[in-house]
Amino acid sequence: MRRVTALVSFGVLVTAVVLAPTFFTHYRLFQLALVAVYLVALLGLDILTGFTGQISLGHGAFMGVGAYTTTILVVDHGWNDLLTIPVAGVVAGLFGLAFGLPATRFAGPYLALATFAIPLSFIGLLKRFPHFTGGGIGKNLPQLHSELGLHMNPSVWFYAVCWMIALVMLPLAFGIVRGRFGRALRAVRDSEIASTANGVSTATIKSAAFGISAFYCGVAGGLYAIGITYVNPDTFPIDLSILLLTGIVLGGAGSLYGMVFGALFVEFIRISWGPTILNGISRVHHLDTHAPGSGLVVYGLILLVVLYLAPAGAAGVVRRLMTGRSTVAGWSKPRSTTPSDPATGVEAP
Amino acid sequence: MAQFLQTVVSGLALGSIYGSLALALVLIYKATEVINFAQGEMAMFTTYISWALITHHGMSYWPAFFVTLLIAFAGGIGLQTVVVRPLARASVLTVVMATIALLVILNGAAAWIWSPQLQFYPSPFPTSSWVIGGVHISKQDAGTFGVVAACVVVLALFFRFTKLGLAMRAGALNPAAARLMGVRTSLLLALGWGFAAVLGAVSGMMVAPTFFLTPNMMQAVLIYAFAAAVLGGLESPVGAVTGGVLLGVMLNLITQYVTFVTPDLQLPVALGILLVVLLIRPSGLLGRAVVRRV
Repeated sequence: MRRVTALVSFGVLVTAVVLAPTFFTHYRLFQLALVAVYLVALLGLDILTGFTGQISLGHGAFMGVGAYTTTILVVDHGWNDLLTIPVAGVVAGLFGLAFGLPATRFAGPYLALATFAIPLSFIGLLKRFPHFTGGGIGKNLPQLHSELGLHMNPSVWFYAVCWMIALVMLPLAFGIVRGRFGRALRAVRDSEIASTANGVSTATIKSAAFGISAFYCGVAGGLYAIGITYVNPDTFPIDLSILLLTGIVLGGAGSLYGMVFGALFVEFIRISWGPTILNGISRVHHLDTHAPGSGLVVYGLILLVVLYLAPAGAAGVVRRLMTGRSTVAGWSKPRSTTPSDPATGVEAP
Repeated sequence: MAQFLQTVVSGLALGSIYGSLALALVLIYKATEVINFAQGEMAMFTTYISWALITHHGMSYWPAFFVTLLIAFAGGIGLQTVVVRPLARASVLTVVMATIALLVILNGAAAWIWSPQLQFYPSPFPTSSWVIGGVHISKQDAGTFGVVAACVVVLALFFRFTKLGLAMRAGALNPAAARLMGVRTSLLLALGWGFAAVLGAVSGMMVAPTFFLTPNMMQAVLIYAFAAAVLGGLESPVGAVTGGVLLGVMLNLITQYVTFVTPDLQLPVALGILLVVLLIRPSGLLGRAVVRRV
């Protein structure tokens, strides 16, 4: 039954993706292409956060690694941009693995702490080695254009490329979180003690999850660079990492289809919905809605409201509508009231 | 040698700022096991309040300083009551996300209210310096160190010698037992947030004359504070302050003497120190060794 639901959902998604170009303008298609980019990044982060239980505030920087890999290969080495995408994923994945290996030594809050430093450090590193990265100015990629001898509108082309890759990465993610490996991921999330007792090496599983999630973000970053045609340190601020984590929560941590909602939120929450809501309020209260920062306030408030009302995100809401009961899985499960922390196995003093 | 001492002295002042923010993090972490990612933005926001009091409402520095501390205290209690307390039973991810939502809201609100432009922030200390044995000690650095040290000492005395302080320590150590003994732990958690906000306000007001006032000014400081808290052991208040001072001095020395490390590389170096400490001594320099069952 679950298999049928999964296949039907995938079919619906593919149909929607194929039909979208007949309904939307080129500008909207470009935005929807970026939704696919965020979807890929969110799938990766969800494998780490939703399935393995490790919070990361640094995955925007792994997107940055992928984007810079693509840019440097295209601009300085004359590669075809599509061929750089797998390389971007692998390079970012290696960075993720390198960071994940020591990071597996600590649990819970420590990891989130350490990952919070990645985006800011990344910006510092970019500026320190300007010969390689273009420094504070960054680098420009060639204009977006259709390839493979096709004469398409660049936005349509970009839309097609991004969604084709996303629709490969989605089933791949399903494969990763299923079976033996997927069970090991969830075991580490739910109880490190129990998983160790059952012969699961938590360190190996965590660093593998870190590497896989960084690979996904690297692929997304490469696509992102091709789409927006430039990279500089400001393209990958800490806000991007926060936005990705927000996407996970709004979509529903631990649900892969939820990430489609999450990606829609990430792309549209700031540029379209925030200002719309603000304009509604300002008609009543005469606020200056074009002021800098106003969008951030709305976005933060939406996040807070979702956390209170639907901690399992959009996926949780859908599940409740379909099954009539609120199934809470994994992360959205309430904390135990016993003083000892089951995630770390640290006994309360 | 004079150069070396000079570097150490200015590192001490910066380090004390990291230490005070680290202490704020540890206060909340000890009581609730939650890392408050909004700590830096709370500090930034209260610093803006003090700036507005000084430049728009004509207060002089020190009255504004103490009024801001009161506002910060009330604000910290308010945030805990309104935002965090309803999530007491929620998952760790939810609570962490709530503090991140706070971070986003405060950052946006500061830019909205006071514009994101860089502002000059007045310093209460003269720009001159004392010269002791060839070492220039700027009064700014000495004053910063003094103010932060005073706050930490007052807080330590409060925790050590008052009944409320004792109750707060009990609540942090074992919430269930404290509750059974008649301690109102939920009230104490709010107080903890209040104190953390006050410490943050102090660090913000001390860092603003050097870093200038912008909505993003505390992001890097927060990372240094994290690194300091981890260096000292997330469980240990003394460790947090010591870790902050150590980190400030270390970073200053590394930037001064290792030519490869430019100011751009200060954060990556701090991240490196953090990772190395976690690898070698996960419980920090002064933290209690964590016994894990696995």
